[in-house]
Amino acid sequence: MSKRPETAESPPEPRREVPIPLNGVDRRTVLKYIGLGAIGAVPLVASTQLMDGLVSDVVAGPESVDETAQSGSAKTQSTRVRQWTMIIDLARCDGCQSQGTAPQCTLACIEGHFAPQPMEWIEVYEAELAGGGTQFIPTPCQQCENPPCVKVCPVGATFSTPEGVVLIDQDRCIGCRICMAACPYDRRFFNWGTPPIPPEALLADYNPEQQTPATRGTVMKCDFCPETVRGGTLPFCVQACPQDAIWYGDFEEDIATNGRQIVKATELISERNGYRLKEHLGTQPRVYYLPGHGEDVGRDPEDEGRMPTEWPWIERAEGAVTWTR
Amino acid sequence: MDTMSNWHERLVRKTTRPTLVTTYRYWVWLAFLVAVFANGVFQYSKQWSNGLYVTDMRDRISWGLYITAFVFFIGISHAGTLISAILRASKATWRAPITRMAELITAVALIVGASFVLIDMGRPERIFNVFRYGRWQSPIMWDVMAITTYLTASVIYLYAPMIPDLALYRDRLSNKVGVARRFFYETVALNWRALPSQVRLLGKAITIMMLIIMPIAVSVHTVVSWIFSMTLRVGWNTSIFGVLFVAGAIFSGVATLILVMAVLRRIYHWEEYLTPKHFLYLGYLLAAFAGFMIYVNINEFLTSGFKLEEEGEFAFRQLFVDDFALMFWFYIIGGLLTPITLMLFRRTRTIAGVVVAAVLVDIAMFFERYFIVVTGLRVPLMPYEPASYSPTFVEWSIFVAGIALFLLLITIALKVLPMFAIWEMTEEHERNVAREPIPILQGAHEGGGDGAPESPPDVERLAEGGVS
Repeated sequence: MSKRPETAESPPEPRREVPIPLNGVDRRTVLKYIGLGAIGAVPLVASTQLMDGLVSDVVAGPESVDETAQSGSAKTQSTRVRQWTMIIDLARCDGCQSQGTAPQCTLACIEGHFAPQPMEWIEVYEAELAGGGTQFIPTPCQQCENPPCVKVCPVGATFSTPEGVVLIDQDRCIGCRICMAACPYDRRFFNWGTPPIPPEALLADYNPEQQTPATRGTVMKCDFCPETVRGGTLPFCVQACPQDAIWYGDFEEDIATNGRQIVKATELISERNGYRLKEHLGTQPRVYYLPGHGEDVGRDPEDEGRMPTEWPWIERAEGAVTWTR
Repeated sequence: MDTMSNWHERLVRKTTRPTLVTTYRYWVWLAFLVAVFANGVFQYSKQWSNGLYVTDMRDRISWGLYITAFVFFIGISHAGTLISAILRASKATWRAPITRMAELITAVALIVGASFVLIDMGRPERIFNVFRYGRWQSPIMWDVMAITTYLTASVIYLYAPMIPDLALYRDRLSNKVGVARRFFYETVALNWRALPSQVRLLGKAITIMMLIIMPIAVSVHTVVSWIFSMTLRVGWNTSIFGVLFVAGAIFSGVATLILVMAVLRRIYHWEEYLTPKHFLYLGYLLAAFAGFMIYVNINEFLTSGFKLEEEGEFAFRQLFVDDFALMFWFYIIGGLLTPITLMLFRRTRTIAGVVVAAVLVDIAMFFERYFIVVTGLRVPLMPYEPASYSPTFVEWSIFVAGIALFLLLITIALKVLPMFAIWEMTEEHERNVAREPIPILQGAHEGGGDGAPESPPDVERLAEGGVS
């Protein structure tokens, strides 16, 4: 595993100012995590109980973070460039069977991003296991470091940021859809018609890190929530997971958190035999998977099926049409 | 037997007929095409206001009939240029009567094909982003570059050899046509007086364009194939796609040329100039390319089918036995094996046989483009049920409007442009007459139009009984 991956391509040109929603509490929480990582006090995932204790200590601890770190740029004060990553623990994912709901990561993503129906930017696939039964695989955009989609875009509307995130500028996208043909993970979505979004989404200031409001004839996908994280909040899917199965982190500092614990990202991946989807394609995803089928939260592999995803605002999406994937 | 001037007079009279005589059938045909095209425009207006929602394309099969049409028409455009340039370069003397039509098909098919890219775009009004922000690393940009270059070169290559004919039209037809066309001929003939310096210059220009246009034409459909083979999709991820697409392009181009020739020959009684020999030779070309296509397809399917990596089984199954099997086997049997068979037997080696082969090839090549685009996208990438796609009425309407536009442009060209390289045919005829002090003893002009000292016995036989 590459600990210090290089970014595949820099963005075409400086983009417009990205407004950062400053939500004090959440921001401070994560900044604290990051500060903790910086001083090397990163506990390992030795024991969940121990970790829980540690984290609550940290959260209750004194303010130790330099406020200038909130400058809003991708860089911290030490000119570090974050290298965002996601580590998804399949041993803890039961497709929200135990919750009796559709996968809550997907639902939270839809709520948070106003993702138009039928776009599940993080989609929970149910895959067959080799010996029978199934596993659930929450699948966001894999944020490849060698992204096939970025390579083929004729207008540079999709691009890799220095933080290793692949974004789409819907103001530039011409809707040719070659990126959708190129993506080997089926993680790109097209606004075939006027996108079904709630009216409040139309009030948002568009930027490629938020993709709101969605516009017809352009491609969308998971944006990895870098803006949310810079603002001090974990991505919607990470926050929402009831089993804390999704870790979000930064390879630059080698740290990851699922909202309850903080771990050393590379060690978590190595110790749990982490892997990436379709590794043989050479796309170098930034999303890692820890093998499993929900056994850590008591799921039987023979227990198949999950609730279908719903879009809560669909009645309020005026003038919109919906379609299926 | 004709004297030279008689022959030339008849040639001019017959070839300018479409320009001078407009029958009511022409108007009916024109109105029909305009109606079909207008329906396409109307359907497109729905797409313009509602988005690509009106198509059956969705996230998983995100390209469909429009991209198929794009590949198909760009393929057809290889008729002209390649045939005319290769035959010119190899000094095949029989080419003279067919080059103009071939070159015209090229220009027209390119215009139609390129417009399907625009039709397929989600945000067509942002087309200029391609020039503002274009990344040369993208296969789409390669296409933009290759197709615009090819269109420019094709138009020049259509126009340059036409100048002497346009001058002829200017001199001979000016008092028979309206003001607009008279002005047009006077302008575009560029003051051509067949001066030695002009002839030399034109000869040079044609030679240069002929040499330039061959690599451009090859590059165009190679680059079109790269749109697909630059992705990681099973079925598209193969290095043979460039060869397959270029061969298929020439293949369908030749077939389309045969059809256009056959129709015009019938309507305007051009039997003297579009002889059975031309059909026969183009039929041979068709059979040769069918053979080559079989070879390339064996390469493609055996190398992947033997190993059957990953989703390979699904890809093969949908093509060979499941959803796309009918199309696939029609392509193999109807489009590749039948043309060869038709050209093998004397009984079917007629104009009718060649035309049947051409129809089959055009349909088969459309199917081939279709299943390449759709099956490539249909192979599931993740654990989900394979998607389905069947083009909507809007898509079919626009596709048919594309065909109508293709025919419409040719129909309009008939009224304006010389459909034959009259000067080249005359030169060729003079050369043949000079070569043979005793003219061909054929009575009829069938098969003897450009002299047939090298014709195989077939041709004479065809001349007697093979007229469709």
